[in-house]
Amino acid sequence: MSLVLDIFTIVAVSAGAFFFLAGTVGLLRFPDTLTRLHALTKADNLGLGLVVMGLLPQAEWPFDSIKLIAIWLFALLAGATVGQLMARAARREQTTP
Amino acid sequence: MTLALAVDISLTLLVLAVAGWIIAVRDTFAAMIGFVAYGLLLALVWVRLAAPDVALTEAAIGGGLTGALLIGAAARLRGTEAAARAEYPGALTRTLAAVLAVTVAAALAIGVLALPDPTPTLAPAAAANLATTGVGNPVTAVLLAFRAMDTLLEAIVVLLALLGVWSLAPDRAWGGCPGPRRLVDPDGVLAWLARLLPPIGIVVGLYIFWIGADLPGGKFQGATILAAMWLLVIWAGLADTPPISRTWLRVLLVAGPLVFIVIGFAGSITAGAVLAYPEGHAKPLIVAIEIALMPTLVLTLALLVAGAPQRIPPQ
Repeated sequence: MSLVLDIFTIVAVSAGAFFFLAGTVGLLRFPDTLTRLHALTKADNLGLGLVVMGLLPQAEWPFDSIKLIAIWLFALLAGATVGQLMARAARREQTTP
Repeated sequence: MTLALAVDISLTLLVLAVAGWIIAVRDTFAAMIGFVAYGLLLALVWVRLAAPDVALTEAAIGGGLTGALLIGAAARLRGTEAAARAEYPGALTRTLAAVLAVTVAAALAIGVLALPDPTPTLAPAAAANLATTGVGNPVTAVLLAFRAMDTLLEAIVVLLALLGVWSLAPDRAWGGCPGPRRLVDPDGVLAWLARLLPPIGIVVGLYIFWIGADLPGGKFQGATILAAMWLLVIWAGLADTPPISRTWLRVLLVAGPLVFIVIGFAGSITAGAVLAYPEGHAKPLIVAIEIALMPTLVLTLALLVAGAPQRIPPQ
């Protein structure tokens, strides 16, 4: 059983790391602010979600697991809000140069 | 080479690279963003050195609060950036500055490397006397019992810094509200976040403050989180900064250091030394000082970021 959980952890955390890598490549390669924000927020949401999901079997129930999930939810909240704010600021700058 | 060592080496290289980039980059704003990232990386370094108390403080004060202060300063300096770049120092000045910086860095490195092995430490003495203070976290015991003088002076220094910021106020704005009035869409994203996050942030801030007696945490870290929540509400336009002439504000700002000083001098009568606690009463007195310092720190840290009073005081 623990072997299955360990394999699950390795697969999920690796998948999360892949999304972070993809997000970083997007940040470096995409042409404008809005698409770069798109790449970054995807990495946060999906990458961190997969890392947290992979770590859950290794964390101690209940408090460590709840803390991990809370960290992911806060990162989601912060990423979504800051993404919106930055996108608005970028659009304002575009319309009034 | 183990995996942990590989992580440590990459972390060290990353910290050095970010530090170098902050110095090399020309744009002040970009440098400040780099500084915040540097603070967060440094917090990770402290975690790897098994110093979670320092890591929390670095993330909260070093990365967060100082970062916010510096970004505010960079935003104010934007207009003068071009003029500052025009009078870029000559090759001689830059060489001298580089030589000075390298000398200081080398002296520090030699000082650290020349320390005898094992490094002289008071940690065993602090751990042995931990029980006399009644608190479980040795860092808190050092900050509020063994080296209480440092913490007292620290609390006063932060207050003096706030007075320094306030003294930049124009004469007509003296006694008025710090910072501009924020006009933000009341149904916008920022206002929504400022309604959603503070209840959670206040619980987390108070938890970190309270847990500091026994586990990593404490008043500075907790106060930074509470100050951040207050600033979020202010920046979202849901509340305003209080005019600095308000009596309650001034009382709360002075209360923390004052309680600390009173308890400290009471120690010279009841326990035989300034800032000593009478036997058996250390824990309640430490908690009393922490509780008195908490509102002072929250207000001081938040108002430091809010800036100098800018608006005419209300009549």
